[in-house]
Amino acid sequence: MSVRFLLDGEIVEITDVDPTSTILNYLRYRLRRTGTKEGCAEGDCGACTVLLGELDEGAETMRWRSVNACILFLPMLDGKALLTVESLAVDGKLNPLQACMAENGSSQCGFCTPGFVMSLYGRTIGASGHDLPVADVVAGNLCRCTGYGPILAAGDGIGKLSRDDQPTMVALREMAETACAGGVFEDRRWFAPRTPEALAGLLAAHPDARIIAGATDVGLWVTKGLKTIETMVFIGNVAGMKAIVEDEAGVTLGAGVPYADAHAAFSRLHPDLGELVRRIGGLQVRNAGTIGGNIANGSPIGDGPPALIALGAELTLCSTAGRRTMPLENFFLDYGRQDRQPGEYVESLWIPRPAPQDIIHISKLSRRFDSDISAVCGAFALTVENGLIVRARIAFGGMAATPCRASGCEAALVGKPFAAETIASGTIALAGDFSPITDVRGTATYRAEVAANLLWRLWYRAQGEDISVLALESSHG
Amino acid sequence: MAECDPALRIAAKPSNAHDSARLHVSGAAGYVDDGAEPIDMLHLAFGQSEEAHARIAHMDLSAVRAAQGVVAVFTAADIPGANDVSPVAKDDRLLADGEVMCVGQALFLVVATSQRAARQAARLARISYEPRAACLTIAEARASSSFIEPTQRMARGDARAALSAAAHRVSGGFDIGGQDHFYLEGQIAIATPGEDGQVHILSSTQHPSEIQHLVAAMLNLSSADVTVEVRRMGGAFGGKETQAALFAAAAALAAHLTGRPTKFRCDRDDDMIITGKRHDFRIDYDVGFDDQGHILGLQLRLASRCGATVDLSPAINDRAMFHVDNCYWLPDIEIVSERLKTHTVSNTAFRGFGGPQGMLAIERIMDEVAAFLGRDPLDVRISNLYGPGRNVTPYDMVVADNIAPEIIARLRREGRYDERAASIEAFNAGSAILKKAIALTPVKFGISFTTTHLNQAGALVHVYADGSIQINHGGTEMGQGLYIKVAQVVADVFAVPVSQVRITATRTDKVPNTSATAASSGADLNGMAAHNAAMTIRDRLTAFLAQTFACAESEVAFAADGVVAGKEKLSFADLARRAHMGRISLSATGYYATPGIAYDRSTHKGRPFYYFAYGAALAEVAVDILTGEHRVLAVDIVHDVGRSLNPAIDLGQIEGAFIQGQGWLTTEELMFDAKGRLLTHSPATYKIPTASDRPRHFRISLWQDENLEPTIHRSKAVGEPPFSLANCVFSAIGRAIAAISPEKRSLPPLNAPATPENILRAVRGYRD
Repeated sequence: MSVRFLLDGEIVEITDVDPTSTILNYLRYRLRRTGTKEGCAEGDCGACTVLLGELDEGAETMRWRSVNACILFLPMLDGKALLTVESLAVDGKLNPLQACMAENGSSQCGFCTPGFVMSLYGRTIGASGHDLPVADVVAGNLCRCTGYGPILAAGDGIGKLSRDDQPTMVALREMAETACAGGVFEDRRWFAPRTPEALAGLLAAHPDARIIAGATDVGLWVTKGLKTIETMVFIGNVAGMKAIVEDEAGVTLGAGVPYADAHAAFSRLHPDLGELVRRIGGLQVRNAGTIGGNIANGSPIGDGPPALIALGAELTLCSTAGRRTMPLENFFLDYGRQDRQPGEYVESLWIPRPAPQDIIHISKLSRRFDSDISAVCGAFALTVENGLIVRARIAFGGMAATPCRASGCEAALVGKPFAAETIASGTIALAGDFSPITDVRGTATYRAEVAANLLWRLWYRAQGEDISVLALESSHG
Repeated sequence: MAECDPALRIAAKPSNAHDSARLHVSGAAGYVDDGAEPIDMLHLAFGQSEEAHARIAHMDLSAVRAAQGVVAVFTAADIPGANDVSPVAKDDRLLADGEVMCVGQALFLVVATSQRAARQAARLARISYEPRAACLTIAEARASSSFIEPTQRMARGDARAALSAAAHRVSGGFDIGGQDHFYLEGQIAIATPGEDGQVHILSSTQHPSEIQHLVAAMLNLSSADVTVEVRRMGGAFGGKETQAALFAAAAALAAHLTGRPTKFRCDRDDDMIITGKRHDFRIDYDVGFDDQGHILGLQLRLASRCGATVDLSPAINDRAMFHVDNCYWLPDIEIVSERLKTHTVSNTAFRGFGGPQGMLAIERIMDEVAAFLGRDPLDVRISNLYGPGRNVTPYDMVVADNIAPEIIARLRREGRYDERAASIEAFNAGSAILKKAIALTPVKFGISFTTTHLNQAGALVHVYADGSIQINHGGTEMGQGLYIKVAQVVADVFAVPVSQVRITATRTDKVPNTSATAASSGADLNGMAAHNAAMTIRDRLTAFLAQTFACAESEVAFAADGVVAGKEKLSFADLARRAHMGRISLSATGYYATPGIAYDRSTHKGRPFYYFAYGAALAEVAVDILTGEHRVLAVDIVHDVGRSLNPAIDLGQIEGAFIQGQGWLTTEELMFDAKGRLLTHSPATYKIPTASDRPRHFRISLWQDENLEPTIHRSKAVGEPPFSLANCVFSAIGRAIAAISPEKRSLPPLNAPATPENILRAVRGYRD
């Protein structure tokens, strides 16, 4: 199969593409652009950060996004524009950001540096996530030498840089007309449908196909599991899958919406949900990883599902046989098993907007605040009327084989006064809801203890206590 | 010695950026993996042990050999010479020979046409093991008296009697976790066969000479047949001091046996499983003290998990003992150091080399004493500092350069310690869930390899006839800015801009028999060696000028605007050209050996260190007692760099070391399962700090008084000492937990790292 993309404004066409080869390996070992580094080959260190540019739906505007080239499959480049660290200097003259970093001690060993350059460059040109603070933009970039200060200072010191994307958009529009619909390499097949109908048809014909959205999970099957994936259906080009529709009742998100794109809408639903999204992966992961993928892979420690379940989200699946809509919690059947029938795909998610008086509380607990996976993620949605809890939806990740509701705890709260005694009885009921396991992210004891404490945290917050160390300032003032 | 001429320092601006900064930011800095691959290059992967301790009954490698892309599979039987990649004890096998000692140990070497093919094939082996009893933890190894060397004892006076006589006595203990280096560039080597059996190795290593020697012995070659080269590493931190040899030797073996260039680029997860880490420790103490908190007697046991082989563990554990005193006078003391052999990966050098664990132990004891007496921990620390009449270390070295009291006083004042401690007390009184604390801890770090013969270095300086200068030395560049510091030293000698000095890759064929770039010694040793080489050339030029222009040598001066000889003035380039025409040698080697150090390991007495580097740090943290989450809110540092060779580079070292130390004590947790398998073998599960973990308030002041000892330009080493500044974070977290019961006179049972789970456990333990 072949792939065409735009590199520094020039169209590059590559043939004989192995669909599970990565963009990083192509850059390093075929194109010999070795500025982009492999630090981990699993999307966790950001040394391979590049910028991908694509037209928005409607093709009137375009957007750059930072991504981890180490776990993106080469066909995902098709029809897109690519910038690497080598793209920035013009005639040997460093870009102002690069010059600032060079003068500012932003590099020591230099191995992570190209990744930081690309993340920060994205921020200067208005790429996805550009409105985030610098520390959030580079949360997916690890540096082991500098302690980050000179990198953050460089990022803060550089304002917007101008970039004329008109030629890129023209070229992208031209390429869109001849986009690759898929191809074959040895025993591997890659499909890139453009319409929901084509997608449904492909999945009906290939029920065993692996659906690829952002590849932030499946990429590791290849780079770490060394697996061969035979049939892949890439949904990134399917019309409508990236739609976000907000109204008074709630938000509808296409399954292909990357987390980064949903961040603002989630924040508007509730600030806790926005904060949760901020802490899902690094920006590169949120730029690739999708809402649908985070749900469809069924991880018991996926960050989105507990919060979405507590908020009462509904999931819609689609196939040639039609649509099914279900409460999100019903989708998760057991560890590694979801209620997705052969030929079905996750089409969209609807999240109702919480009522202003609802008490919403979402907490993610992990060893590290940024770019980590939950030990426990707890989400609470309580409706209190006249001092009584009339409705409670409580869901946890990390406490069971699937993200799921704490039904015993909910039952212990509903109908009771919103009072410390009720919270105390809720924590007792909660202990009966789950038998968490001990694993690398936490012991069963810790999980059970903090799950209960998160209910207390909700209570203390309702009493006006500060509840997060993240909000504190030092006594230096 | 190399005194800095202030006039010359004008020529080379001290705060030059890192020599490769512009290459780093443009992606043009070349690392081992960045060169073009020859079309016949082969790629390597290890088959790894799945057992912690076992005899290998049988290795069925038929499926490996038959796998697509596989060119060859080698086992220990294929090694022509010594099957050894160890630094000292000759006990690290390149490929397992009958027995495996830890999970991940290399069993066989797959040689294939691609990295992926090699890795895939390596998983196809069918290995029959006869498992043997494995001890995995410090406790298990202690129970079965499993040691890599005899337990060491460092003592002075009569600790037992002093403990009995002391007014107060407290005993306690805690665990200190290990740490993965997490250099961003993983282990990698390329070996290229040369003519007549020679081999050239590009390796990401801190110790090219050691790899040269090991590869020569492994292939039955002479050292002269093996050349090892490294231009730069993508981070190392001690993890490429001995650990790079395994990969380089594997590449050399495959190149030797196949006659083709080979590359071993280790996958991140494999790297984390296969390579050694910082030692984890169990600390137990019994301390006696008076009403003011003066420590009178201390019995301390340091037990560390060394892993399956010796590696550098003896020296690392020695350094832990050397740093138990930190900045404190401990009159009657007994330190017992157990070096435990376990069936886990052999632990190795990591920035600080045991020192941080020793210092953390005594800081914990200071906190313990303060808690017992209900006194401010800083006051207890200050009352125990070395001072006149109480300035001899437990190993009998006089602390001649003690500036800790002044550094602490300055930090206390500038960091507003007392004022903030009061405001934090008020905050805690009004906050049920979030508790804050501050802590100020000092650092005194001994500079020199404690293995005395390692304290030597060589350099090679060429002046070309156009006036450009090329330097080479035995030190390696891992990001620490060694190359630019040495380049500045050389530029200073000739009073030329540093841009006129070309820094070249470290190679064993240019400077032989080098020590590892380790122990923070890089600039001290190589800077002085390069200075000496440059001075040799300058002396020749001075004599040439005096003769040419008929003036006295004292009338020759090298200055930023040119070289003066009597009444003549000429550019350095002109001088170089004339000297070449005048048949003056413009190339010289330089050599340096640290003077004045001597240490008797059998008694643990002597002067192992040339001097000490000092510092102090003040951290403010907040802890959430419901979840165990914490945040470092502010850090203030005063750190001693002597008369800095390059303040910008030094500041970078201090900040980077602090954050690395903070990670060690907070988010970075190594976990093994009951079979000895590392569970945290990727950045998905092993969490080094991210940008947001850096406290928003982070202020570093340099203490720039000149070194008492005549080091290069009276500077001080800076690589390792600031790592232990982060001990204040651990102290502060403990103190914040203690704020839940201010009336208690004890410490929360906190272990390092202070993960949310460990903090919550300490909260629970403190309440009970």
